[in-house]
Amino acid sequence: MEFLGLYNYWVFAILLMTGLYAVISRANLIKKLLGMTMFQAAVFLLYISMDKVDGGTAPIIQVGAVDQLYSNPLPQVLILTAIVVGIATLSLGLAIVVRISETYGTIEEGEIREIDEE
Amino acid sequence: MVTLFGVFLLTLLVITAFGIVRAQHLFVAVMLSGIFSLQMAAIFFILDAADVALTEAAVGAGVATVLMLGALALTDDRERGPKRHRWAPIVVVSLTTLMVIYATFDKPRLGDPEAPVHQHVAPWYLEETPRLIDIPNVVTAILASFRGYDTLGELFVIFTAGIGVLFLLANPSKRGALSLLPSAEAEGLRHHLVPRVVGRLLVPFIVLFGLYVQFHGEYGPGGGFQAGALISAGFILYALIEGEGAALRAMSFRLLRGMIAGGALLYVGVGLAGMLLGGNFLDYSVLADNPIAGQHLGIMLVEAGVGLTVTGTLLTVFHAFAAREQRR
Repeated sequence: MEFLGLYNYWVFAILLMTGLYAVISRANLIKKLLGMTMFQAAVFLLYISMDKVDGGTAPIIQVGAVDQLYSNPLPQVLILTAIVVGIATLSLGLAIVVRISETYGTIEEGEIREIDEE
Repeated sequence: MVTLFGVFLLTLLVITAFGIVRAQHLFVAVMLSGIFSLQMAAIFFILDAADVALTEAAVGAGVATVLMLGALALTDDRERGPKRHRWAPIVVVSLTTLMVIYATFDKPRLGDPEAPVHQHVAPWYLEETPRLIDIPNVVTAILASFRGYDTLGELFVIFTAGIGVLFLLANPSKRGALSLLPSAEAEGLRHHLVPRVVGRLLVPFIVLFGLYVQFHGEYGPGGGFQAGALISAGFILYALIEGEGAALRAMSFRLLRGMIAGGALLYVGVGLAGMLLGGNFLDYSVLADNPIAGQHLGIMLVEAGVGLTVTGTLLTVFHAFAAREQRR
């Protein structure tokens, strides 16, 4: 079971690069944004994987518990706020995509470039 | 057992991620990303991050999916680009993946109590929170008090993003002010019996749970960010069932705008009140007779500010997308 201790980080690597692949290889702007959220989610997974302590529990101090181990609260704080900031920036990105679609009539990168070059 | 369950969930996560990239139909991709977020929330939960799991479930699986669908309705729900896979990105991405995986062999394994990340400030937070702040939830204590500056910054990012969406999408009215009023009365799902009955049953409980999470955040998992996401999810559900007009009558655009600005102002105001009373910016200890009561008061007010701004921003963004839809 020892090798499974790094499984979270491998999944992090795969998700990170799957997200990057969607951003660099897809021409559709919404697909790019989906890739970006996946990239972001991979980073969240990396941070939260680091907070786990064996035998620990969620960092909410229990009255009367002696020698209770708690997982690291700091990565949780960072990611908690990052998730909500992520949705705020995602909505801004979607709003820009909507305006692009209204102006150009398409959300495909190649078609937008053709219209621009005309 | 928990380890195996975690491995199973993470594998599912990778499969879902490949599904999202492969799906030609964007509606399918968006639905899969909702599932992706839900799986992610489950993983966060088994990694002891209850607060984060709550946020991810409400934001990722709830609000983000609705916003994505709103954007799809305004643009195009099919990917029309070339279907072939380009080789250069695949090669670059695979090589980088292998490099990152190679780098992980130097990392401490999952749950190692000796890992460097657990040696620095984290033990201090866990030991000193009961003495300095005296609330059970250490995550809330760090979020609102120890790292209050950070949270203030994040709150202003959300505030700015909300304003940005309004500038991009809201319809300018005759007097030059921005407005979100739907041009015609939106029907919603009023004529569909099952969603209407189930939704009406759920909405009050979602909002009630959101308020509980807001005010119980010091004692259990919760706080302003989670509560804001939950309450706005409840109101978005209401808007989907009864139409945006009904939701805007319950919470008007004027009120939402006030919430966005008021929440941010409340946060800064608590910080400035600390300065006026002789402490530092965002030092809550001077707010009441004794430092601990001051910390409690400060954390409660700051979390209320966060909750107001997050609720206001998410609902405003939703209404901005919805109103745009009807204009077309």
